[in-house]
Amino acid sequence: MHCPRDRGPLSAMVRLALRGAEELDLARFTGLADDVPAERLVTDADLQLALWTLYEPHYGGFDDVAGDREWDPRLLAARAVLERRFETELRRRTADTVAAGLAAEGPLGERVFDVVAADDGPKVAAFLHRHATREQIVGFLRERTVFHLKESDPQAFVLPRLQGAPKAALAELLYDEFGGGRPARLHASMFAEGVAAAGLDPRYGAYVDDVSATTLAVNNAMSLLCLHRRLRAAAMGHLAAFEATSSVPSRKIAAGIRRVGLPEPVAAYFDEHVEADAVHEQLAARTICGGLVEQDPGLEEDVLFGVAVCLHLDAVAGAELLDRWQQGPAVAADGPERVAS
Amino acid sequence: MTAVGAEGDDVVAELCPRGPMLLRGVSAVRDEHGELHEATRPVVAVCMCHRSQRLPWCDGTHKAVRSD
Repeated sequence: MHCPRDRGPLSAMVRLALRGAEELDLARFTGLADDVPAERLVTDADLQLALWTLYEPHYGGFDDVAGDREWDPRLLAARAVLERRFETELRRRTADTVAAGLAAEGPLGERVFDVVAADDGPKVAAFLHRHATREQIVGFLRERTVFHLKESDPQAFVLPRLQGAPKAALAELLYDEFGGGRPARLHASMFAEGVAAAGLDPRYGAYVDDVSATTLAVNNAMSLLCLHRRLRAAAMGHLAAFEATSSVPSRKIAAGIRRVGLPEPVAAYFDEHVEADAVHEQLAARTICGGLVEQDPGLEEDVLFGVAVCLHLDAVAGAELLDRWQQGPAVAADGPERVAS
Repeated sequence: MTAVGAEGDDVVAELCPRGPMLLRGVSAVRDEHGELHEATRPVVAVCMCHRSQRLPWCDGTHKAVRSD
């Protein structure tokens, strides 16, 4: 993969610095980042792409960027500028959900499920299940390539920051995500097979130039939480919410994929997640998050912050997708029909 | 329902409140009709609410039938 196409001055400065073409002027970069209003941080394509591009050297990297840029102090400082603003805004947006979770009673693992159940986000899976056209489902898969082609890679960074039961449970979960010793069952490989069958380019990063700012923000939030040890409990709260919102929606998405006649490997990826994530949500909420808070009760708020970040950004990204689809010609004027149970 | 352990391994069952039963180290689960379902992952979740569409495995449906 090469550095993505610029979407504004911040992403242009990052690209030029990564490629060694121009030294990054941190004062100018900070000024440009500060110019983005807080309420637009999540939907600002330039800022989110700049942050995504600054994270990528820690994952697969870029073919046109030297390896030592991963730990370039000036680039890390630029990343920290964007991270501070992003984290502050995420904390502001999730404060009410976190407060409600803290005020609730019962074991933390149970409360994680309750916070997820109380969330009333946009029903993307229900739309894909019953109404989406083939083109809309392919568009959905294209947005998802940014995450699913490196599925669970961010969370793998958290493993050395855990101890005891939560560590054993995360290792167990990741072993399953990474195919249980069978490369063909790597979830990222299964997704690649599915998107190729759907006629999309299965190479990681192929659609970074095309995806929305909110898709980048969803991915950046995972990197933010998973790459900072101090946010390890939030990373695991995010994982728990992600897994707990996957099993039932995956069943609906698989049914929608079969409804529009996309090839079987596309549906097979989502079938796999029905059963896998029914296991993973229990491990993540009870054993990992519950266990972390047993070890250190001070981590409770962080776990709930991670849960709330996942729910909030999924809601923002989901609302954007539904808006895009429902403005298109594919939906009847009287709106979506009732979704059967 | 019978859980079949891989040879020589201990089978550990964990009952999740309001959720499934997690089984570690099983090679298969035999359902009430005698049919053997191979376990294809290190931990499997067995449905306890009997509403799953993928019995004997949990598919998360218990969350939709919660009384609270």
